[in-house]
Amino acid sequence: MKTTKGPESAFAASPVPRRLVPPPQPRASKNRGKARKRITIILFLLPGVILFSLLVLAPILLAMYSSVFKWNGFGLLPTNFVGLDNFTRLLDNEIFLGDLRRGALLIVLSLVVQLPLALAIALLLNQKMRLRALYRLLFFAPYVLSEVIAAVLFSMLLSPERGLANEVLGFLGLGTSSFLSEPDTVMFSLFIVITWKYFGFYVILYLAGRQSIPKELTEAAQIDGCGPWHVFRYVTLPLLGPTIRITIFLSVIGTIQLFDLVYVLTGGGPVHASETLGVTMYDIGFNRFQVGYASAISVVMFLLSLVFAIGYQRFVLKRDLDGATTTMGGGRR
Amino acid sequence: MSVHARERRSTPARIARPIALHTIVIVIGVFIMVPIVYGILGGFKDNPQLANNPIGLPAPWVPENYTNVLASSDFWRQVFNSSLIALSTALVTVAVSALAAFVFARFAFRGREFLFTIFAAGLMFPFAVAILPLFIILRFFGLLNNPLGVILPQAAFGLALTIIILRSFFRSIPHEVEEAAILDGCSPFGFFWRILLPMARPALATVSVLAVVNSWNNFFLPLVVFNDKVWWTLPVGVQQFSGQYSADTAKILAYVVLAMIPALAFYAVAERQLIGGLTAGATKG
Repeated sequence: MKTTKGPESAFAASPVPRRLVPPPQPRASKNRGKARKRITIILFLLPGVILFSLLVLAPILLAMYSSVFKWNGFGLLPTNFVGLDNFTRLLDNEIFLGDLRRGALLIVLSLVVQLPLALAIALLLNQKMRLRALYRLLFFAPYVLSEVIAAVLFSMLLSPERGLANEVLGFLGLGTSSFLSEPDTVMFSLFIVITWKYFGFYVILYLAGRQSIPKELTEAAQIDGCGPWHVFRYVTLPLLGPTIRITIFLSVIGTIQLFDLVYVLTGGGPVHASETLGVTMYDIGFNRFQVGYASAISVVMFLLSLVFAIGYQRFVLKRDLDGATTTMGGGRR
Repeated sequence: MSVHARERRSTPARIARPIALHTIVIVIGVFIMVPIVYGILGGFKDNPQLANNPIGLPAPWVPENYTNVLASSDFWRQVFNSSLIALSTALVTVAVSALAAFVFARFAFRGREFLFTIFAAGLMFPFAVAILPLFIILRFFGLLNNPLGVILPQAAFGLALTIIILRSFFRSIPHEVEEAAILDGCSPFGFFWRILLPMARPALATVSVLAVVNSWNNFFLPLVVFNDKVWWTLPVGVQQFSGQYSADTAKILAYVVLAMIPALAFYAVAERQLIGGLTAGATKG
């Protein structure tokens, strides 16, 4: 967790005249000041604590609690305790196991294709070129659209009979594809849509990271005789390390929780071939009312995110904090 | 000297590179644009045209798909619902977070870091994990089919990011400002309300924009909270519409395109806050 420290240098620039000696205060008023401070802290934190406890923490706890019960969801709390039954059932559930495999596939595709592509585009856009602002605006546009809009648009584009994509493939002499309607192709079609929707977000993050690298460093490397590739490999890439690690983090966490896009685009089909943990959980919980069983999936999603987040923060992001406080080269592996 | 000679030698490369660069960027730009343009043009076609001529311009242009959507009260009701919910969410999120961030930034007390870490950990709990128990809790409080049933959870889930961003901004305001205000007789609340908040206007704008965009695009929560069509937001409306008229592609495209306009317009206006907020959120989170 990185936080910015209050700049001490602002002290000198402060336009506010300082009074040297505060007026002496009697003891009673000092105590009153202390009590008043405590009341302020409590009153200011109260709305946030209530909102957060009731609507963020309580649901997570309720999910954990109900995951060890057999429950159809009526009432506020379940009663039929079944231990870890729901979890052992999950281990035999082919759809759930498939969800994990498909999630892993999407994560690999994102890390191998989507993020490097975004990085390349960000570095291109960092150079002086005409219409740069326009491209940036354009690449980021899908990110501000709802997942539902992206999904509906692509379900039309990729429709096997009437879709534009097959027209174009046919026109180029590449044959046609069934895209979303065949188990073999649906995951790759889904990945195209994910890339369309999110890669602009990563471009923006990389661009911000790249622009924070001082020009002197790349120039110094060039003067020392580095070609473009070496500048990238030994200067830009290491200094982008923190940004890259954060995008990997966001991408993995986002994939674990993927729901909207898949639910609208394919509903998890055909024959569960594109289903994700979120879609399986929705189907079991909201359509079949097996709330305890569905909660077990929620808990798995939560644990996957938590274990990944803690492990990643501990072993990967930690280095960034060390590096940030010591030298600029802290990102070097 | 040698640097000079090098530059001159690479003259052909200096022409070729920008061309290659533009080609790559344009190809990706086309990939981004195609679905949107296809939607806009498709909305001006009728279904036989869409089947026979999916690529070209509409001939003739058929505006009925768009005018029908614009004339439907359902569509406007959804625009209204989405706006109401997004603005209320932003208001609640920012108000509650600003109070908490103020305390986290400017007061020292026991357990502060622990409490802050719990809030910050909220970044990892998105709706997908909590949606089912959240539904049960909202039902218990009678908040189903009630806009508060979406506004309050969205605000609660937005607290983490908003508090993180606001806290770091509040911290950057020098202590001397606070001391001067207190010497001049300001209460802590007076300092917060009359001095800190006005100074934090850019940060407040950023977090408000983030809250509005997140709320506007949220689908999962309104999907389960609103059974009643009266409260459907645009994403739910689009999804339901596309299910209902699945055979009528042109109609759906028109609906999707019109539903896209408010988000794109908002993005055009608030681009700087949105991008600033996302990068700040990603690097500080």
